[in-house]
Amino acid sequence: MTATTASVAVPGARPAPLGRGYRFELVKLLSQWRVRLLVLACWVAPAGFVAVVSRQGSLPTDTVFGRWMHATGWAGSLVVLAFACGWVLPLLTALVAGDAFAAEDRLGTWRHLLVTVRSPRRIFAAKALASLTVIVLLVAGLTASGIAGGLVSVGNRPLVGLDGHLLAPSDAAVTVLLAWAYVLAPTLAFAAVGLLGSVALGRSPMGLLVPALLAFVLQVAQLLPLPVPVRLALPSSGFLAWRGLFTAPAQHGPLLLGLGVDLAWAVVATALAYRLFLRRDFTDLTFDGSGRGAVVAGALPLAVLLLVSGAAVATLTPARGTGVERVDLQRSLAGAFAHLYRLQTRQLGRPAVTEAQLRSTASCDKGGSRVLDAGPGNDWRCVVTWHLPGAGAAVGTALYQLDVAADGRYVADGDGPKEVNGYFSVRTPDGDAPNPLWQLDGTVDLLASTPKG
Amino acid sequence: MERTRAIRARGITKTFGEVVALGGVDLDVPAGHVHGLVGPNGAGKTTLLGLLLGLAVADEGDLEILGTPVGRALSVPDGVAGFVDGPGLYPTLTARQNLAAVASLRGHDAAGVDDALDQVGLADVGGDRVGGFSLGMRQRLGLAAALLTGPRLLVLDEPANGLDPAGKRHVHRVVAGLAAAGTAVIFSSHRMDDLAALCSEVTLLAGGRVVFSGPVGKLAAESGDLDYRVLTSDPERARQVAARTPGLRCVPADDRRQPDADLLLVRGPVPSLDDLVVRLVGAGVAVRELAPVVSPLESAFLALTGEDDR
Repeated sequence: MTATTASVAVPGARPAPLGRGYRFELVKLLSQWRVRLLVLACWVAPAGFVAVVSRQGSLPTDTVFGRWMHATGWAGSLVVLAFACGWVLPLLTALVAGDAFAAEDRLGTWRHLLVTVRSPRRIFAAKALASLTVIVLLVAGLTASGIAGGLVSVGNRPLVGLDGHLLAPSDAAVTVLLAWAYVLAPTLAFAAVGLLGSVALGRSPMGLLVPALLAFVLQVAQLLPLPVPVRLALPSSGFLAWRGLFTAPAQHGPLLLGLGVDLAWAVVATALAYRLFLRRDFTDLTFDGSGRGAVVAGALPLAVLLLVSGAAVATLTPARGTGVERVDLQRSLAGAFAHLYRLQTRQLGRPAVTEAQLRSTASCDKGGSRVLDAGPGNDWRCVVTWHLPGAGAAVGTALYQLDVAADGRYVADGDGPKEVNGYFSVRTPDGDAPNPLWQLDGTVDLLASTPKG
Repeated sequence: MERTRAIRARGITKTFGEVVALGGVDLDVPAGHVHGLVGPNGAGKTTLLGLLLGLAVADEGDLEILGTPVGRALSVPDGVAGFVDGPGLYPTLTARQNLAAVASLRGHDAAGVDDALDQVGLADVGGDRVGGFSLGMRQRLGLAAALLTGPRLLVLDEPANGLDPAGKRHVHRVVAGLAAAGTAVIFSSHRMDDLAALCSEVTLLAGGRVVFSGPVGKLAAESGDLDYRVLTSDPERARQVAARTPGLRCVPADDRRQPDADLLLVRGPVPSLDDLVVRLVGAGVAVRELAPVVSPLESAFLALTGEDDR
């Protein structure tokens, strides 16, 4: 018996088609109890939450749109959205994307997967796409469930926007869906960071926690009076910018910047994860790809991206300081008051008025004469003035105490006169109803103007 | 009769930083042969199997698999299947789902899944999640996954790990069947009985270098003089007889290897051992047991890898 080299060469390796790799990754993800529970929770829990809260006397007024949960079914979904943007969405990305690569390290299946798929590039693409699919499925569940819960419990009624203007049910539906679609951008950015953590930290559970930790750090940062360019350069800015869809006109500046920043983070973090993954040596059984070098290679470019984004925002926009300026606050409050005054007029069965007839203005002061009238804080005090319809030159005035958050959202608490904003409820022909002017939500466009000298 | 060569490796070198995992390894495995790969831990067995599966490329040397030169990672031909470092299964999927995924990814029909399960004796647990499988069942399922693609070269890393006697019989039957059908099989093992039962040839690695490569019988011959345990009716007299037997010497008592004080440990060639038996019988000493302390293959392994502490 003589051994000779085979004369007929067999075909070289054929990588598995991406579609089949994607399907396999999806099957693996959906076979995990953790992911199944997440899917179930996202498709059921919001509906239950909205249904229960909508029936309670006390509403979550500290959350945007929370005070309108009795009034319209659309508010419930937005409360879910606001809550999800804080913790739920980063956590979902952590549990899905943050474990996409680490799971193979824990199971010791990398070599099997590589031999079967024969293309690290396709493995990466399949994992990223499958993670994205599951995350979109979870967000779709949160959206549909919250909306369904609200519509079934309260009904398809007009929604009061964040500047007090009324959105017809059809407009509310479109805008709510648009808001949920918008937060896919920051969710995508966090998912990409999750992929990066999963690749860079190997089987370490820290990889799983990276998006959640990032969300925590950014939440703390958002509470601080950061300069606007820094605030808007954070990947979490998109989790707040969606509120700008609920003003008229929409706050396009923060919306577009948030979108751009989040997509940049998504692309850069995914590219870094891809690069780290392709560099990994899978023959070394003791090495799972993690290490100080991998962490630095992942974190450093993101820090640079943050700096570049901040510089770009500072260059492209006139924004300086905290973005909360007296002029903008006055304009926002006067507009919101006028919109809600109309609503109150309608509730009370009085003759209809328009914002143009009211010609409302506001004059605000922060903390007295010794404090600069700018920046967030709960020491803003405003006087709203408006022309009383049919009363000649007579004007009405109302006082409000404002608590302005660093992200531009404020809650204005009525401080008299009691006929306008002094009581929680108003007496309508149909019975008592919440007084829309008693306490109102608003939001300042942080990019609206530049600070005065 | 000419046989095609499934593996032809010349001067294969692979290093990880300062560590030389493989230093100039040559290897030939013809089609239809079962080739064993043995060596102490860290000898480079898994690295070599990883190269054969295409998980990495050699730093130096030439590697041809199924007649195709392999120059970059994951570029081995389609006829290669197997596993290193465990079979790589997903515990949340059923056995059938695991195999169906492999079949789909490699472009094969899922119709072969049940047949593969049947071949390794797991047909009745095909619908069970792999998370509940024992190590031996996972090993068999890993083998079934490799069978799905109809391999012409099967690469297995410690396939006998955790197998019970029935599982081992399944694996042996499958491997022997594949070899008979023309598939080359190379596998690593620490178990000399597996090598003796399955392999036609064996390569012994130590420190990343080949210290022996050839037929199993020839490896056994490398073992040199073996130690034998001799249990008799009169140990003291037997020791005196053994001391007088030409070519044979008594090995000093060692608590580790000779826990029983009545046991006599001798070392020497087989003819001298025959002579001892004749002399013992002639001296009226009954021989109750005579057996090598370690098998010839194991002895050869220890001798060639320098791990023999005799």
